[in-house]
Amino acid sequence: MDDPTTVPPALEAVGLGKQYRGDWALRDCDFAVPAGRICGVVGPNGAGKSTLLGLAARLLAPTEGELRVLGEPATAPELRARVAYVAQDKPLYPGFTVAETLRLGSELNPAWDDEMAQQIVEQGELKQRARIGSLSGGQRTRVSLALALGKRPDLLLLDEPMADLDPLARHQLMGTLMAEAAERGTTIVLSSHILPELDGVIDFLLLVQRGRIRLAGDLEDILDGHQLLTGPAEAAGADALPAEVLVEQRVGGRRATALVRTGEPLDGPWEGGRPGLEDLLLGYLRAPAATGPGTTPGEATPMNDEVAA
Amino acid sequence: MVRAPDTPRVRLDPRAAVGHHSTIELVKGRNAVIEYRIERRSGVSTYQQIVQQTKQALRLGLLQPGDKLPTAREVVELTAINPNTVLKAYRELEREGLVEPRPGLGTFVRRSLARPEAAADGPLRADLVGWVDQAREAGLEREDIAALMASVLEQRFDTGVSPATPN
Repeated sequence: MDDPTTVPPALEAVGLGKQYRGDWALRDCDFAVPAGRICGVVGPNGAGKSTLLGLAARLLAPTEGELRVLGEPATAPELRARVAYVAQDKPLYPGFTVAETLRLGSELNPAWDDEMAQQIVEQGELKQRARIGSLSGGQRTRVSLALALGKRPDLLLLDEPMADLDPLARHQLMGTLMAEAAERGTTIVLSSHILPELDGVIDFLLLVQRGRIRLAGDLEDILDGHQLLTGPAEAAGADALPAEVLVEQRVGGRRATALVRTGEPLDGPWEGGRPGLEDLLLGYLRAPAATGPGTTPGEATPMNDEVAA
Repeated sequence: MVRAPDTPRVRLDPRAAVGHHSTIELVKGRNAVIEYRIERRSGVSTYQQIVQQTKQALRLGLLQPGDKLPTAREVVELTAINPNTVLKAYRELEREGLVEPRPGLGTFVRRSLARPEAAADGPLRADLVGWVDQAREAGLEREDIAALMASVLEQRFDTGVSPATPN
């Protein structure tokens, strides 16, 4: 891994916003994803995840604010060779064969790694002469990832890459992605709905909710800065836990469960500890975005410390 | 993608890759040296699992001084975990003086944790085998024996009782 102090962030957003026909899909986004990280972009449907990836891939232009990619303004033409993007709908030419699609990749990319691309296709036992249009969704995903990895990018942007893959293919391709990151220090930014798929894979988190960045930072730091508490149901109530740290609480039977945004012990009949990734994400996704800490980007909330870290 | 010809080959068992665990088997010559099994839902962090499994292999003598640990790339290709996690686990093992990185070559075992007293043909093991047989004859199931053993270990180690002072 490179020294993070000399390598510019893979993505750096300042006041980034994107508006479609009057509606803001993303607004007031400030974050930096350091180079060499595996970053998960998580959030409910319509939160702005695909817009965020589209901006990073330079398919979309920001309405306001600034986005730098690998230290360059997002409009810099030299980024084209250094960034690979796999869109959610995996756009490929349906009339091309697998072989023709990879040939196109080799013609269009000066640093093309044919061995890498072929290996990914062979691992899925795809026939070279098969037409893209005749492949299943999961097989098209495999060809798309072969194209993206064959390009040997410094930044790999993947929008819901694993959704239509079977468990074996998902495991193989995630292993291939991780090996690429290990060998070349590739930064990978991937969005996913499948929370367990990200556990053990990502080391950086961007939580997007209603077009805002709710959490951004090193995953271990974020988990250390939260607790999942349980206590008697009576302990849950309007003033039971300080509002400035309470993310979400629920009462089930005689027990109450609360996710709080502090690593410090709290007064009261609560016990608990560091949440897992899934506990953390579900807590935030269940909480209404209008309440809780860290909902107002730009203010001096703990979130900004994590963004700066 | 270029592998040196003498680099240990890593083989994936496709049956092991389905679901939330996976197996890595490092083959040196023809003998498996270490196998990491990552359980995603065990509650133990991935990094701790690698540290613990390496130490276990050192205790059992499966890993010996001079053996090479699999590279981060080899581990993550088959387990699909974050490479930084593997590096973190190896750094922890290095801090404890168990392994050392050799630049450009890999990470190598420095020190064994194997205790000759605990060897397969040692008297301690023979005593324990005799005791377990006795417990089974007395009607204890595997779980009963494990619970009893855990309870005694806790009593003897965690309450500060030293072996020299019998109760």
